[in-house]
Amino acid sequence: MELKDLISQKLESNFPEAELEYSEYRGELNIKFNKKFVNSICKFLKQDSELEFLLCEDVTAVDWAKRKNRFTVVYHIFSLKHNFRLVLKADVDESDCSIDTVSSVWKTSDWQERETYDMYGIKFNNHPDLRRIYMPEEFEYYPLRKDFPLMGIPGSLPLPKK
Amino acid sequence: MGLEAKLDSDGFLVTQLDTVVAWARKNSVYPMPMGISCCAIEMMAAADPKYDIARFGSEVMRFTPRQCDLMIVAGTVTYKMSHVVRKIYEQMPDPKWVIAMGACTSTGGMYRSYSVVQGIDQFLPVDVYLAGCPPRPDNLLNALIQIQNKIGRTRAKDFQNLKLPELNVIQNN
Repeated sequence: MELKDLISQKLESNFPEAELEYSEYRGELNIKFNKKFVNSICKFLKQDSELEFLLCEDVTAVDWAKRKNRFTVVYHIFSLKHNFRLVLKADVDESDCSIDTVSSVWKTSDWQERETYDMYGIKFNNHPDLRRIYMPEEFEYYPLRKDFPLMGIPGSLPLPKK
Repeated sequence: MGLEAKLDSDGFLVTQLDTVVAWARKNSVYPMPMGISCCAIEMMAAADPKYDIARFGSEVMRFTPRQCDLMIVAGTVTYKMSHVVRKIYEQMPDPKWVIAMGACTSTGGMYRSYSVVQGIDQFLPVDVYLAGCPPRPDNLLNALIQIQNKIGRTRAKDFQNLKLPELNVIQNN
């Protein structure tokens, strides 16, 4: 059985309520699911002995600006066993701008989630240390949101006195 | 030849103390290498034997601001870094000069963005702006020569009413 079919079959049987959607882009399998299941799906994909997605390459987000579910959180994970890359996606709405952390599954996603929080303002529930990572801690905006102006908001970042 | 011949024949020369001090000062500029990004590579190249900044008396790159009188800001200054740059500038003893090396430092350069200061003259008094991305080492030497000319024109009265920056730093904190 091909690996893509194996993954979808395993997920279907283990998470029937996760609203799984599959798509393929440039040969990479994309799986979209309900954000409530993010932690359990990630844990399963890492710990299943036939899959072993041990490496979390990136956690980031997409801001769709006017869409109903404004953000999509994207996880790129990699199986060293199969040399196989998988893209996981979960929609997050602006009214409840949070998703569970996966830093308990992959430790490396700790800082990746901090970066996503810093740039998009998506909160990661149960994250051990959710602080801004690039911008100053007192900064009030989220720079990669579509409504943030390219040149920033004047006066939001203080300069030293001349 | 030159000074030696003059001293050999007469044994003395007449000048102003101001001029001698300015002459000595301009030929022993100690740069503070504030290398923040890629311009710093060209700054290092200016110190190597090929370009040899030592020919202008500035080979002593001190990595402590206390011993420097020229700050070469070489690289993109973000808003977060600007406070560090300013603090290091304030730690340098007077009199002191600043070279804004490269497009990013002078104007923000290609980083037309919320995170990058669009020109360090928003928070530092800049003496020489240096074009290029990054500028070639000989361009940096040219900027140094401009600074030297500027220093050569200074007189003691120019530094009479300077505030004590160290005192300001203590008071601000």
